[in-house]
Amino acid sequence: MSEIAASIPATKASHTNGSGAAAILAAGIGSFLVAILALIADRVPEFKGLMIFYKPTGPLSGVTTCAIAGWLAAWAILNSLWRRRSVALGPVNVVAFLLLVLSLLLTFPPIADLL
Amino acid sequence: MEITVRGLWTMIHGMGFGALYLLACSGALVELYRRYAPGSVATGERDKRFLGVYLAAMAVVAWLTVLTGAYIIYPWYRALPPASASNLADFPQRLLMSNPATIGWHSIGMEWKEYVAWLAPISITMAAAVCLRYGRNLRDFPQLRRAVLGFVWVSLLAAGIAGFFGATLVMHAPVEGGATIRLMGGEKQ
Repeated sequence: MSEIAASIPATKASHTNGSGAAAILAAGIGSFLVAILALIADRVPEFKGLMIFYKPTGPLSGVTTCAIAGWLAAWAILNSLWRRRSVALGPVNVVAFLLLVLSLLLTFPPIADLL
Repeated sequence: MEITVRGLWTMIHGMGFGALYLLACSGALVELYRRYAPGSVATGERDKRFLGVYLAAMAVVAWLTVLTGAYIIYPWYRALPPASASNLADFPQRLLMSNPATIGWHSIGMEWKEYVAWLAPISITMAAAVCLRYGRNLRDFPQLRRAVLGFVWVSLLAAGIAGFFGATLVMHAPVEGGATIRLMGGEKQ
């Protein structure tokens, strides 16, 4: 990530795409966290137990709470790193959409069961 | 005309928040295309923040949809029946799993829906934040605009998957029970 940001000099925040790039990549990361944590909870009984934050909802409560926390943390960190910079948005978009598509696929049970 | 409390919450979640979100997605997509399409007329002062506020309202609706689903309805859906129970009507998950013809609605439908739905609020919150942050200047950042558009499309897809399975699950094993609310009386035949 630092290579992407370092390639273009820092400038005024209002004229940069860094904040937008941080939001986009963080959304991809957050979506992927939902899928990967759900997959791990499905495979590892001990982890599934840890993810039960609210018993009536079961592991869904912990998986989504942790994914949201991870998403917001990633967003805050990326934003603090990039908000005054212009980053190469092409690679950021590719990675974000890859994570998003993987999330859609990995949450689909017949595909998750293949792993 | 009567409805149970659980039935009412299911309606609020699906036909209220969920359907409203799906409808709003089409408006957001139209506005994103219209506002930033090549040759489009620049928006005025009055509506320069409109899209960001509209997407923020959609984000609120999306979060309400997943939160009511996960923390109000899903516990009723996955409740375990007592060992002596012979009627599974009040235990939708177990009712679906008791029949080979319907088990897929749970093992594929609900298990996909319960997680994929969360992609919608995450995506639309990002879209709202970017539109509020950049406003009309988003016109100057075509890659940002394309990413926002892509995420809104995926949020529509995720919400559509969740909505489709929500509707079919209600058909096969409705979440019912709790106190009964009498809406109005009908005419005697």
